[in-house]
Amino acid sequence: MKFYKSTTLTFKNAHVLGGYTVAGPKENAGKYHGKFDLALQNDMFGQKTFERAERKMFEHAMDGALAKCNLGHDELDLICGGDLLNQIISTSFSAKKYHCGFLGLYNACATFVESLIVGASMLNNGLNNVLCVAGSHFSTAERQYRYPLELGVLRSPVTQWTATGVGATVLASQVHKPVPKVVSATIGRVLDYGILDLNNMGAAMAPSACDTLLQHFSNTNTNPTHYDAIYTGDLGKLGKDILLDLLLQDGFDASKVLHDCGASLFFEEQQTYQGASGAACTALVFNCHLLHKLAVGKYKRILLAGTGALMSPTSSFQGDSIPAITHVVEVQA
Amino acid sequence: MKRISKDNYKSYVFQKMPKSSHFKNMFWAFVVGGTICTIGQGFIELYKIWFDVQMATALASASLVLLAGILTGLGVYDNIGRFAGAGSTIPITGFSNAIVSPALEFRAEGYIYGLGAKLFQVAGPVIVNGVAVSVLVGVLYVIFGGLF
Repeated sequence: MKFYKSTTLTFKNAHVLGGYTVAGPKENAGKYHGKFDLALQNDMFGQKTFERAERKMFEHAMDGALAKCNLGHDELDLICGGDLLNQIISTSFSAKKYHCGFLGLYNACATFVESLIVGASMLNNGLNNVLCVAGSHFSTAERQYRYPLELGVLRSPVTQWTATGVGATVLASQVHKPVPKVVSATIGRVLDYGILDLNNMGAAMAPSACDTLLQHFSNTNTNPTHYDAIYTGDLGKLGKDILLDLLLQDGFDASKVLHDCGASLFFEEQQTYQGASGAACTALVFNCHLLHKLAVGKYKRILLAGTGALMSPTSSFQGDSIPAITHVVEVQA
Repeated sequence: MKRISKDNYKSYVFQKMPKSSHFKNMFWAFVVGGTICTIGQGFIELYKIWFDVQMATALASASLVLLAGILTGLGVYDNIGRFAGAGSTIPITGFSNAIVSPALEFRAEGYIYGLGAKLFQVAGPVIVNGVAVSVLVGVLYVIFGGLF
């Protein structure tokens, strides 16, 4: 079978120096309780608007990641990242206080993995320290993509809940101790399987996740058994099941290693139906959970597949279906 | 990826996805919608002690609107709507919720371009279509009214 024109990038010196997470109260009440560096008591974070709260979360995550890695502002070469708000204001505004280069990125909920790929590539190009960041906020995303918060509407059983959180990761070309490394990445293509239902993002994104994963397996001569874990972004429970089916059609059984960051964030009784969604999912789970597992040697080799649904409210109102994208990075202990 | 056609994929997804339980939704819509209407009737009976029927009905509607507005502000109404569906949308309280929730939401963008512009974000289409259909029915009544 023929794959699309894409190669898997390899990185020699993309060390993951450290990560920092800021999570909302509902997220901290979920399955990763207590693992976040900063858990908010209130998702307003002492601000007047939710947008400003999201911005403050970005600032805290970025400052926190630098402090955790003992890096000063002047040692940082580049910030790359994004969020879900129009014109990615949360990331851009919070990058104001840094005097280094800034690349604003948008691939919806795949933004965090995209930022890791861009950051790792920049290290290949001679930069020393790059900060990769992404996040989302339930209350800002909800009103941009759906309805006002307090509007009483029936939720479909296929819906997901936008996670509130920001994750920041420092990638460095030189390190003094052994740390996990981003070793390769496969950049995905935009795929549209004609799903129109805005609630059913998992179904819209699953074919894209399958496509990029298969591409990565083919380019690196691997299969799911070579990895300790494969984490997709925010497919949710339904999307994850669909992905397992699609992979199985191509002869890959990933049921033992496949996890979904979004589906793993909340407990059943938190009533988020298919689980979490949003750019925060991968950023939170990678920085609060996966980095730890890699550090203690529980995982040696993992894949992180950021999944993004690339529609906007305008495109959806105009009747267009939902295009999706997935990028994959391989991280080794 | 083995090419699954868009149509096949859509039908596969449809068969795979969890369906909402119509019976459960209808049950809660009936219970909540019925409760709201019973409360409304309660208000009418109460106001009838002091006012005539027409006045009592208007006051009851106003009371329901006020009550739903307060519940929206307290963050309760959306929790009711999450399981009650049409049961809490169709009564006049749903209209109140549709006005108050954008008002709360967009106050942050100021009173003119925020609240003023977005107040009817949800209720606007209901009003526009409601008026349009009323005009249509009115015209039909003028033409065929004599027949009945």
